[in-house]
Amino acid sequence: MEIVDTKKLQELLNSFANKEVYIHLETTNGAYASHFDEKVFNASAFIRNVKLRYELGKVTPDSPHRIGLKLHDNGWVYAQGITHYELDELGRLLMAGHGYDGKLAVALEISEKPFAY
Amino acid sequence: MLQPERQILVVFPHPDDEAFGVSGTLAQYAKVGTPITYACLTLGEMGRNLGNPPFTTREGLPLIRKEELKASCDAIGIKDLRMMGLRDKTVEFEDDEKMVQMITDLIDELNPSLIITFYPNYAVHPDHEATARAVVRAVRRIPEENRPRLYGVAFANDTLKGLGEPDIVNDIRDVKEAKWNSMHAHISQTGWILQEEAKRKNEGATNEDNWLTIERMYSYRWHEDFEASF
Repeated sequence: MEIVDTKKLQELLNSFANKEVYIHLETTNGAYASHFDEKVFNASAFIRNVKLRYELGKVTPDSPHRIGLKLHDNGWVYAQGITHYELDELGRLLMAGHGYDGKLAVALEISEKPFAY
Repeated sequence: MLQPERQILVVFPHPDDEAFGVSGTLAQYAKVGTPITYACLTLGEMGRNLGNPPFTTREGLPLIRKEELKASCDAIGIKDLRMMGLRDKTVEFEDDEKMVQMITDLIDELNPSLIITFYPNYAVHPDHEATARAVVRAVRRIPEENRPRLYGVAFANDTLKGLGEPDIVNDIRDVKEAKWNSMHAHISQTGWILQEEAKRKNEGATNEDNWLTIERMYSYRWHEDFEASF
């Protein structure tokens, strides 16, 4: 993956707009967060292979970046903390936020074909 | 080493679960020719250690961890590895009866004399807990006199308070190389832990009581079963 280049990423987001796409979105502080530190309130969420269509996708200029996808029917997809991206060999747009500790904090992925299980 | 076994079945949800808790014990059994089957339920697809700069992606991680899992099994001497195809983080949301059946099928096929998994309610990660519940339920259905031994790995912060001292305490110093190699095989996930360990050593920590010395488990206490029925 590469550090986000806002211009290039914006072009990629545009290329998936107005198409039926599959989404993977997750944010997490790790399953062990409150095992290592009982003061941590552990919360996370992910969705995978959810099909949708967005009319406008944007990446913000400030880093770590925010990504917002505005859906046709009053829906939204939002991710904060994106640092890296790549268009992988299967043509999927993978975006991720990697924390200072080397651990994934957030991921947003867009694909025209379903992701693996 | 622990008592001789005819066949061992190990059930954990994530590649590397086997490495920390029991790889030394398993390596001892492998060395004397005891057949071991390891059913690993997921490929740790949702692991967070992707590095920064990242060395892989969310979609690439399972392919890396699959190879690491195979290498760990080679290091331990496990010849029968079953990858069960579930997804990391989702084990507790599978149908509970389907989970029991998955374990029952393995038991029926292998007729193990010992099963190793996590100890329910002391296993920290929801996938660990769901795995432990399924194994206990499957074994509970076997008439008492025919049940295999069932050992659980427990590492919740309240383990000593709840379960007391473990009854299975195994000196693994004779196979510490195999254990190190098993942990090292999962380098994408264990890198930071192994670094800590090396640092501890450099700072003069003794070799007593580290990953490579003793492994501890609890015989499952059927008289204090985690649930009355299923």
